[in-house]
Amino acid sequence: MFAYYPIYKGYFRTALMVQFQYRIAMLIWLLGGIIEPLMYLVVWRTVSEQQGGSVGGYETNDFVVYFIAMMMVSHATFTWIMWEYVYRIRMGLFSVMLLKPIHPIHSDIADNIGYKFLTLTVMGPLTLLLAWFFEATWQPLPWTLAAFVPVLILAFLMRFYWEWSLAMVAFWTTRIDAMNQAYIVVGLFFSGKLAPLSLFPEIVQRAADILPFRWMLAFPVELLLGRITPRELLIGIGAQLFWLLAGYLFMQFIYRAGIKRYAAFGA
Amino acid sequence: MEQDSVIHIDQLSKVYTVNEREAGLVAAMRSLVKRKTRAVQAVDSISFSVNEGEIVGFLGPNGAGKTTTLKMLSGLLHPTAGSATVLGFRPWERNRDYLRRMTLVMGQRNQLLWDIPVIDTFELNRAVYRIPEPQFRLGVDELTDLLDLEPLLQKPTRNLSLGERMKCEIAAALLHRPSVLFLDEPTIGLDVTMQRRIRQFITDYNMRTGATVLLTSHYMADVEALCKRVIVIHHGKLLYDGELTGLADRFAPFKTVEVELHNGAGGQPLAQYGELMAHSEGRVTLRIPKAETASVTGRLLAELEVSDLTVQDPPIEDVIEHVFSQSPTPLDNSDSQRPPSE
Repeated sequence: MFAYYPIYKGYFRTALMVQFQYRIAMLIWLLGGIIEPLMYLVVWRTVSEQQGGSVGGYETNDFVVYFIAMMMVSHATFTWIMWEYVYRIRMGLFSVMLLKPIHPIHSDIADNIGYKFLTLTVMGPLTLLLAWFFEATWQPLPWTLAAFVPVLILAFLMRFYWEWSLAMVAFWTTRIDAMNQAYIVVGLFFSGKLAPLSLFPEIVQRAADILPFRWMLAFPVELLLGRITPRELLIGIGAQLFWLLAGYLFMQFIYRAGIKRYAAFGA
Repeated sequence: MEQDSVIHIDQLSKVYTVNEREAGLVAAMRSLVKRKTRAVQAVDSISFSVNEGEIVGFLGPNGAGKTTTLKMLSGLLHPTAGSATVLGFRPWERNRDYLRRMTLVMGQRNQLLWDIPVIDTFELNRAVYRIPEPQFRLGVDELTDLLDLEPLLQKPTRNLSLGERMKCEIAAALLHRPSVLFLDEPTIGLDVTMQRRIRQFITDYNMRTGATVLLTSHYMADVEALCKRVIVIHHGKLLYDGELTGLADRFAPFKTVEVELHNGAGGQPLAQYGELMAHSEGRVTLRIPKAETASVTGRLLAELEVSDLTVQDPPIEDVIEHVFSQSPTPLDNSDSQRPPSE
């Protein structure tokens, strides 16, 4: 574990330097991550106001807090690796990574955290600004705040492992844009990104329970809103651990198979 | 010999399966249903060994299988058949200890990060390869000196010229002091001065560290300057393994005879002696079938007023060109001419 420390330090430093070179691109990306939840926020706030201040157990203020929290959690956990891999393989950059005496996932994790670290300087003030603008009120419970930290870390890791593994499909075909799109659309429904899950029909909610998306996004968000009971917290963490382990095993498997294929067909 | 060999390849083969499709929309639609594939034998049962400290030139025309072989040896490709060990490791298992001790430099592929100064890529390599700080400093200083990198280190890669980038690529690939170097066209696209400098550097590195080098190049000047021994492959098969100087003996069917004449040709048609390559002011260059060299030179001396005569092998470039233009008749490995064991 400690052996990796200097390597992560090196990657982290490099990631920050590279991203400083792309300040404008970084801001444009960031804008995408902000506008989407903001759009849902405005829509649901309007719906709620027209319905007399409440929809499906969510009051107008709850929608505001929900989508601001969703924006933060989504930003903290998102990855761009599924696009990156296609590029890597097409351009032959992956060979360079394979020649290094370290698993390529490490530079990706460091890169991701580097980006998040830099963009925190924008996301932090922006969150406060939005909260002020939409007059959000939020009274967090101390225990949910404490639980939020490990839940967010687990959400980040499970999302990272799954998306990193799905990116490996690029070893079989470099035309994976359609798959990426399908993943995003399915995720949009079952993660609670589009709307709080309790607003969906029962069947969608049950499906969301057994799929991983909810545990990546909606669960940490609902925890912040104080809508999770301690029992649900334990179940949620259990589900996160399960999906993290499954994602890890899947990654090991598909990475090995992918490398074999890459090595068989020409690097 | 095998105890000393750092690289040992035995009957190594690689077959690629490639998708095939005819041009046109109908063919495109047909390929949706039924894919046609074709097996391409890139490397065909080649065997050789390279001893510690040797610099070996790995020659062949485009598509001969050189890069495929280097990729198998550096662990990027799985062979279809056969075996190989480098430093006692099986390359495609990509053992980390192996990766720390070898390097692959490909002329057109880069590890330098595009947007940040060169020295920062070096720093990253220090972390990844776990190079101790003092050794790293020493290495950077040495490489900076040998390759004249001083003005380049602080520049982002994207601001470097091709030659400057190649020098930095080589430096980045050698910071961890690998003991085996696979160099694939290390001087491609560089001007003559830069080529010479890189050649000199490879010699120095080899002398100082005793590293083993397997190098491909299309520039015969590289090969002549660096490699006593060459391995030639063509259509994936091993054609020759031996001294560079032996290549002409084996493959060139001609000798070049240069004659200086006192009184010109004296009316004698020179073409009767051999193929006239050049003729100017009493100086004649002839190409003569190897088997006839002795008789033709005898006749030249007897029949003409010769003031000087030299018999030479044709330039190595011509030999290579001749080899590549032939259809391959592979050598049996037992038949190949290897340098004597050390």
